[in-house]
This record gives sequence, structure tokens and C-alpha cells, in this order.
Amino acid sequence: MATLDSRIPEGPIADKWTNHKNNIKLVNPANKRSIDVIVVGTGLAGGSAAATLAELGYNVKAFCYQDSPRRAHSIAAQGGINAAKNYQGDGDSTYRLFYDTVKGGDYRSREANVYRLAEVSTNIIDQCVAQGVPFARDYGGLLDNRSFGGVQVSRTFYAKGQTGQQLLLGCYSAMSRQIGKGKLKMYNRHEMLDLVIVDGKARGIIARNLVTGEIERHSAHAVVVGSGGYGNVFFLSTNAMGSNTSAAWKIHQRGAYFANPCFTQIHPTCIPQHGEQQSKLTLMSESLRNDGRIWVPAKKEDAEAVRAGKLKPTDIAEEDRDYYLERRYPSFGNLTPRDVASRAAKERCDAGFGVGTNETGEAVYLDFESAIMRYGQEDANVKGVHNPSQEQIRQLGEKVIETKYGNLFQMYEKITADNPYKTPMKIYPAVHYTMGGVWCDYNLMTTIPGCYAIGEANFSDHGANRLGASALMQGLADGYFVLPYTIGDYLADDIRTGAIPTDTPEFDEAEKAVQERIEFFINNKGSKSVDHFHKRLGKVMWNKVGMARNEKGLNEAIEEIRQIREEFWKEVKVPGVADGINPELEKAGRVADFLELGELFARDALEREESCGGHFREEHQSDEGEAVRDDKKFTFVSAWEYKGEPSDAILHKEPLVYDNIELKTRSYK
Amino acid sequence: MSTHKNLNLTLKVWRQKDQKAKGNMETYQVSDISTDSSFLEMMDILNEQLINEGKEPVAFDHDCREGICGTCSLYINGEAHGPGREITTCQLHMREFNDGDTIYIEPWRANAFPVIKDLMVDRTAFDRIMAAGGFISVNTSGNTVDANAIPIEKANADKAMDAATCIGCGACVATCKNSSAMLFVSAKVSQFALLPQGQVESAERAQNMVKVMDEEGFGNCSNTGACEVECPKGISLENIARLNREYLSGSVKK
Amino acid sequence: MSWVKQTFSSSIGRKFAMALSALFLMFFLLQHFAINFTSVFGDKTFNEISHFMGTNPLVQFALQPVLIFAVVYHFAMGFVLEAKNRGARSVKYAKNNGAANSTWFSRNMIYSGLVILAFLGLHFYDFWIPEINVKYIQGDMSGMHNGEFRYYEELVHKFQDPVRVGMYVLSFVLLAMHLLHGFQSAFQSVGANHSKYTPLIKKLGNIYAIAIPAGFIFIALFHHLTGH
Repeated sequence: MATLDSRIPEGPIADKWTNHKNNIKLVNPANKRSIDVIVVGTGLAGGSAAATLAELGYNVKAFCYQDSPRRAHSIAAQGGINAAKNYQGDGDSTYRLFYDTVKGGDYRSREANVYRLAEVSTNIIDQCVAQGVPFARDYGGLLDNRSFGGVQVSRTFYAKGQTGQQLLLGCYSAMSRQIGKGKLKMYNRHEMLDLVIVDGKARGIIARNLVTGEIERHSAHAVVVGSGGYGNVFFLSTNAMGSNTSAAWKIHQRGAYFANPCFTQIHPTCIPQHGEQQSKLTLMSESLRNDGRIWVPAKKEDAEAVRAGKLKPTDIAEEDRDYYLERRYPSFGNLTPRDVASRAAKERCDAGFGVGTNETGEAVYLDFESAIMRYGQEDANVKGVHNPSQEQIRQLGEKVIETKYGNLFQMYEKITADNPYKTPMKIYPAVHYTMGGVWCDYNLMTTIPGCYAIGEANFSDHGANRLGASALMQGLADGYFVLPYTIGDYLADDIRTGAIPTDTPEFDEAEKAVQERIEFFINNKGSKSVDHFHKRLGKVMWNKVGMARNEKGLNEAIEEIRQIREEFWKEVKVPGVADGINPELEKAGRVADFLELGELFARDALEREESCGGHFREEHQSDEGEAVRDDKKFTFVSAWEYKGEPSDAILHKEPLVYDNIELKTRSYK
Repeated sequence: MSTHKNLNLTLKVWRQKDQKAKGNMETYQVSDISTDSSFLEMMDILNEQLINEGKEPVAFDHDCREGICGTCSLYINGEAHGPGREITTCQLHMREFNDGDTIYIEPWRANAFPVIKDLMVDRTAFDRIMAAGGFISVNTSGNTVDANAIPIEKANADKAMDAATCIGCGACVATCKNSSAMLFVSAKVSQFALLPQGQVESAERAQNMVKVMDEEGFGNCSNTGACEVECPKGISLENIARLNREYLSGSVKK
Repeated sequence: MSWVKQTFSSSIGRKFAMALSALFLMFFLLQHFAINFTSVFGDKTFNEISHFMGTNPLVQFALQPVLIFAVVYHFAMGFVLEAKNRGARSVKYAKNNGAANSTWFSRNMIYSGLVILAFLGLHFYDFWIPEINVKYIQGDMSGMHNGEFRYYEELVHKFQDPVRVGMYVLSFVLLAMHLLHGFQSAFQSVGANHSKYTPLIKKLGNIYAIAIPAGFIFIALFHHLTGH
């Protein structure tokens, strides 16, 4: 059994990273040429790591299931990326970003990792600008910032509503440069299906070529997993259709502990579900909460009339509207953190004030009316329009809103056929991000030597809740500025190892297991499609392990997921062939892993008898319905060791020590 | 939008076993499709139906389903990403169609994008063009100058951003009567040519990317402008003109 | 000079050369039209200019070869590129809705071009070959026939045949279509596209593409109908 040594360096928090970098082992450039590294996943974390490692001189093989590394789901992040640049002079600092992140994470993240993240955040912006990422600028030609939920400074850099896209394309460019040089070999349309361990160390992977169906062996001196989060365990989420947990789950099965699976973020501003045939949910950037006001009708009869299509939101008088976030959280208002805003929406809808047109009525309004009029008035002043009419003000205001959020408004209209300039948007929370993930130490190494987890795939930086615009920051920090240093500490011992052979019993065994599983799927004469099981799993997860959880529901969920899993292995039907393109076969493998993860997820939620961040246990709330943490009992990371069935998993605890921040009840009032 | 209306449709879909096989159009019926569904959700329903009938589902590329990853393709009723402007196939909704419609669904067609199965094509030619010069040669050390050290004129920063929004889906190639990749290449060349950081190697970049573009077997641009119309991100033809300038002046400079 | 060869064998280089030859041809067409148009007002000016153009060494031995080169290059490269472009898509779409995103003219430059080529054949047969024959084979540089300049008379004579006029009109309609796309396309190819001036280029292009061919048609019909 591996022990949980987080390997946090000694010293004051502000010096830890510098000291650590000064003291860890390095690999000289000549030796790097004889060392191979595998990177699984090419999003912001995997892509930036692959590019940087190749640039440093390692031989890198990168794998992605997509047809190009440019398509990883980091691309869909809209709002922005945080960095403690303090360009706005509003009092930001490394410490404040660190503090906000720990507080936002409801005191369940590792201090040293978060501080390092805040520290390198500024490098990311410099780096990305040098790479040609076209961040938004003001008329003076300098970088612009916006503010995001859960903080009181403007530290978010953005590129319209496509920040993730631009950052990922920056990574992709950096990768392309190394691919052109031959330092990085890209394996598109390849899926990692197992990790190979030789003498206790991660030494390679088994991957399936998704075009030919061929099972391939790839060896390396280290394996880096940057395969993203597991939000698709809910079936409906804002993740891409292909986003999956399989790479992370495979390393978990091979010995990497899985941490805090129950810490999952439900994002407050998504487009509500339209019906049963829906395949995924679409997020509307949180940046909209800068200018949009969230409300529901104050009277139940109005809400009912809206749901029945008899009343339009614009016809509801100002005094009949309940701006519930502004009412409950006057100091943060519409900019409360995501978990708080999501739960508040659920609370209103559960109480019967929802305005959705679907069966459940689940939706609240996000209204831009007052922002449009405010900006319009401002713009009229700037342009010197005297005594403008209401209509003129509105037109000017709509223009301003268009420049800020044009693409988001357009996206909303495309999906819903409603014009958000004229009528408020309807939004509802949806699963978006998973703070939990593979446990790793300060070097980002998992409990398997030589196996690393970076980006959303690991657990370390966001605690129980992630602040907006921090996912991009973490992915790039890990890939560009942390892993490339820390991996050297491990690889320094491998300079004389030579190439790892793939014709060994360890590779034979791993390949055989992969082959057998594929053959099982193809030959199983089941009666139900993979999606059938995935949807059932998703329903259980959403209803019982979603925004609010309780002991009874969690126990039921564990039992139901187990049943679905059993049925899956009997009844799943996978058409097509093994030796060619077969999307159903790919999905089958991923859903099989989700079916295990889902149960562990529910178990983790059951064990954590407190409410913190995205994990809300109904038994642990204040009289006002706010989350109540139990710091005495639960200031630790739950790290699960795989033992076959999820019910057999063993819980290890990494205590969380707060030397620099005082644990407080999170208040956004 | 309370007028819920469900559609019955005839689909003509290209089926092809693998890259070497000869494909053909197959006809399928789907019924009771909600107008609120996206086009790809309609494809999911077709596939669920095929699986239940014991047939192989239709393979098509898709991933984010929110119009940004560029994975989805499909030539629908003779147009890349179907009818509708500035959208990808995943953003196309069934409310654009009428009950009883026949819909043609084909893969991107270009020799540089070979079909690998059904509606899936191989677009790695784009990756190879990118590897030839789609970057700024700067190391990811983090030891670069401060991000605000070089002010960039807002107009240029905005134009660079507009060019950078390309999602690499290949609709430009698919829709171009010549299968030309000029819009794709010009978007990347423009993004960097408009920024001081990227200008330094602008001449080489255009030369190298165009060289690979030509080698990959894309056709030549004849300025029909179809790419600009069908581009889900509205990338402007101005970028192609800029690529022409960068390339030609680069030929002389280099 | 390998960079020149390399540049002009690349996709963009060829497109640039197509545009340059097109711009030259459009300029030529404009002056050709201007000269022809004088024939509407009688024989004198037309004859004088025709004689000048037909005998001036600069025009004959400097501009004419450039013109011939431009014409030959524009056609030859037009065919080469068309073949290459068609070859870039071996399997065609079962259903293609080109009209949704581009003009008919822009997609069918090869057909309008072929009609123009056929017309050029007729034009050469009618004017250019006899002209070369008289001037350089028979050696008669006088431009005279029966004591008068022959140019105007020949022009009027050719336009008496209704079949020829019909073909002439048809060709110019197709030329108009070719130019409706070609004019602005040439500017785009040489890299001139900007939101400030491109709308103007497009407007000028439309005027040019319609006015010039319409003018040629007018001249043909004028002579055909008036008989002089």
C-alpha cells in the first residue's frame, strides 16, 4: 500500500515553490533525449505539458481520442482565466488569489498547491500573450479584465467569450511547433485503455487506435494523465460527448488513489433541459452574471402562469420579482460562487417559483434589462447624446451588451429561439466540472511512481468548489510551469534506464485484459444500447447525488448503480466490429468505468457527513439553508484505494493543514 | 415557443464501411423528432433506432455539441453544417426543418479529407499545415516579457481575435467548389500577422503553411466566397487577401 | 531566379498571376471599347485610331505580345487550375446547394470563359488573322482599301450578318457574367480587400462588368440596325 505523502516542501508558503525548484533534481539536456514521456489528453493541461516537455528535450508521445489535439474540451471554456496581475490596481495579489481560491473551495484544498497556482498565474498570461493569444484589450492597447463570481477584484483575462478556445489553440500551436520538429509524436484518435506498470513504476500504456481498432503498446519512462474530469457520469452535463474518466479510472485501478469524487461543480448558468431526447447541456458563461440579474416571480401564481405560457416575464412588474441572490447575499449579489448560486436556484424551483417550460419547471431568469439601460445611459453620455429617448438608450445599451457578450447571446438564441436582448434568458444549473480526481502529491505524481495527474484529472487545487476562470489557470499552470519541473525530479533516476521494451509480460498481461474486454463487448448478445445504461446512471446521479444529497438517497443510489452495473454487464449491446471505427464500442468502455466511478462517488458523498462547496448534505445546513462544514471531522482529503468492487474501496485520509488561512464559515452575505 | 411540433423525416445518409470501401446513400425514416432537438440529437435517435433493429449505427464526428470544438461536420441538404448561418451542425436545430422533409446527409468531400467511415473524415491535413508554421516560435518558459509590455492597437487585437476564432472544422474546404483550404490557412496567418509578436516570422509562416497546403492536395481559391458564407465562425475573406499579401511579399523578402 | 518559379507555381502565385493577367485584360478591354465606341459617331476618328493602333510599333511589338501572352496565360492557367480544382474532389456530393452561398457566375467562370474563348476564335477569324495577313504577310501597312481607310468599312460589313451579331451578343452577355465575378476577384487575389474600400471595388466592378459588355453589344446592334 502506498502511503499518502503529499511531499509539501518546508518553509514559508511564499517560498515553498522557489525552494522546491531549487532543490529538486534536474535532467541535463543530453539525457533528456533518451527519456520518453507519454501524455494522455491534449487539453490545456495535457497539451501544455506535452509541448513544454518536448521543448525541454524529452521524447513525447501525446494521445487524444479526438481527431486533433485542438478539439479537447478545454476549448469550450468561455469566460476567462484568472491571474494575480493586479493590472487594475484594485488590490489584487498572489496572496489574495490564493486566499480567494482556498475560501472559494470551502477550505478543502491543499494550501501549498493553491499558493503555487496563484504564484505562477501571472506567468501564464505573459506566456500566452507571447504565443499570440489575442486577449481582449482596451483602447490604450493594454489587457482588459473582468470580474467573476466569488471574488471582489477584476483579475480575469478573456478573449471574448472564447477564452478556453484561444488558450487551447495557443497550446495546440506550441504542440504543432514541436510536432513539426519531430520532438512530439501525436496519436490522434487513440484511446488509452490501460496503464502498464513494471517493477512498481508506470512504464507505458495500452492504447486502441480508434480508426483501425488495433491495440497498441507504448512504453515510456513516465506517464502523464491530463484527461479531464468525470462530469459525464451524470450523462447530461456541459462536458463534451466524448469526455470520459477512463484514463483516470485505469490508473486508479492500477493503484492511483482517487480523491474526493463527490466534489462536483454544478454550474448555475446553463440552458435548461428541453426534453428527454437531449444529449447534453450548454453552459452560458458565468461572466454573464456580471451584468445579468437573476430572479424568479415573487408570487407563485405568476410562476405558474409563466410555466403555462400565459404570462411573459417582461409583463411581471418590478415589485413582483424576487431577485433572490441579491436578497440573500447583499454583498456579493449575483456574483456569489457557483455552488451557492446553483443551490439557490434549486431552492426557488423546488419551492414552486421555477419558470421552466419543461415538465419540472426548472429554470430561473437571467435578466439584462437593467444592464442594457445602464450602459445605454452611460454610452449616451459618452457620445454626447442629450436627452436621449428610452428607445435610444436601449439601442445604445444593446450595442454595449453585444460587444461584451454577443457570441453568448447568439448562442442562446440559436439553441432556444428566444432573443435575450428582448426577454430574459432562462437558466438552470448543470454539472460542469469535477474538483475531485486522481490524488497527487506536490509534484503532481499519483500514488504510482512515474504516473502523474494534471489539470481537471487531478484533485489538488479547487477543494470542494472551483471559482470561475480558475480551471484554465490550473490546467496551464500544471502543464506549462509545474509538471515540467517536478517530473525531472523523478526522471533524473532514469537517465541510464534506456528505452523501455514492450515485449514484456507486463505489457502482455495488460494488452490481454484490454483485448478480452473488447471481445466481451462485441460478442455480448445483450438487448440494450450503451446509452440506455448511461442515461439510467445519469438519472440516479442527478436525482440522488446531485445538488443536494442525503443519507437515504445516497444509500439508494449506491444500490441502484450497482444494479445498473450488473445489468450492464449482462445486457449491453454493442453493434459493429472491433477492428475498425466503432463509437458504440468506445462508449461501452467509458460507461463501464462511469458505472464504477458513480458508485464510489456516492460512497464518498455518504462518508462525508458535512456540507462543503459543491457537496451539500441536506442533514448539514443552517436554518437559513446555508452549507454547514464540519472542520473538526472532515478537514481532510478522501483518497480512495481501488480494491475491485467500489464497495471494497479503502478510504485513506490526507489531513489538510491550514497555516496561512484561518478556517472560517464561508459567507457571501 | 410552446408550439411543440414533432417531425417525421426521410434521411438519405452516406454509408461507407471504411476508407477503402465504396460507399452509397442509404435511406432511413425517423419519426416523432422534437423541433427543439438539435440535428445531432436527431442523429442519436436514428442510431438508437438502428441499434435496436440490430443494425450498425451511423458513424459521425461530434464532441462538444456547443459549436466550438469543430469536430462535427456533415453536409446537410447541400450545405456545410446545413442551412443556417454561423452555426455548426451541433447548433442546427430541427425547427429549421418541416414535417415530411427529405434530408441529405453526406460527409465532407475533398480528396485531402478522405472518408474513414460513414460520415467521418480524416482532417489531419489541417494538423500538418499547422505543424508547418501555425505558431509563434516562443518557448513556454514563462520568462517572456510582461504581457502589458507591448501595447497592441485594439483594432488589430480585435481583428486577430476574429481570425483566431476559426475552429478548424473544415466547412470551408467542404463547401468550396475547389476544395480549397485558403480560409483556414489565412485565418491562422492573419491572427499572427496582426500581432507584433507574430509579425517577426510572418513571411516564413505564410510560405511554409502554403507549401504544405498545396502538397496536401487542396484545390485553389477562386474567390467564390462560399467559405465565408458557410463558415460557422464568420471568418472573413479579408483574411485570404491578407494571406495573399503575406505570401507574395514574403516571396520577395525571403 | 528559382524563387520566381516557386512563387508562380504555388497556389497563391498562380492566383496572383491570373489576377494580374485579368487586370491587364480588363484595361485592354476598356481601351478597346473606347476605340470601338467612336465608330458610333462615324468613320473618321475610328479609322484614325485604328490605323494608329495597327501600325504603331510600340503598340504592335511591345503591347501586342504582352496582350497575347496575357490572353494565352489567362486561358491556359484557367484550364490548368480548373482541372486541378476538379481533381481535388473525386467524389462529388449527391446534393449540393451552391446557390446558397455563392453566385452562379463565380462558380462557372470556366463556362463563361469557354464561351469567351470561342468568341475570341471568331474574332480572330474575323479581324485579327486578316489583319496580320494583310499587314505582315502581304506587307500592306497602308490600312487603305480603294483609297480609303478600310477599318470602319470592315467593321460595318461584319455586323451585317445577324448570326454573327447574335453570337456576338451572347458572348458579351457571358463576358459580363465573367466580369461580375472576375473584376472584384482580381483585386482580392492581389491582396486588396478592406472593409473601407472593398464595397467601392465591388460597385465599380458591377458597373464595369455590365457597362462595357453592354456597350459592345450596343455598338454591334447599332451597326447592324443602322447598316452603317
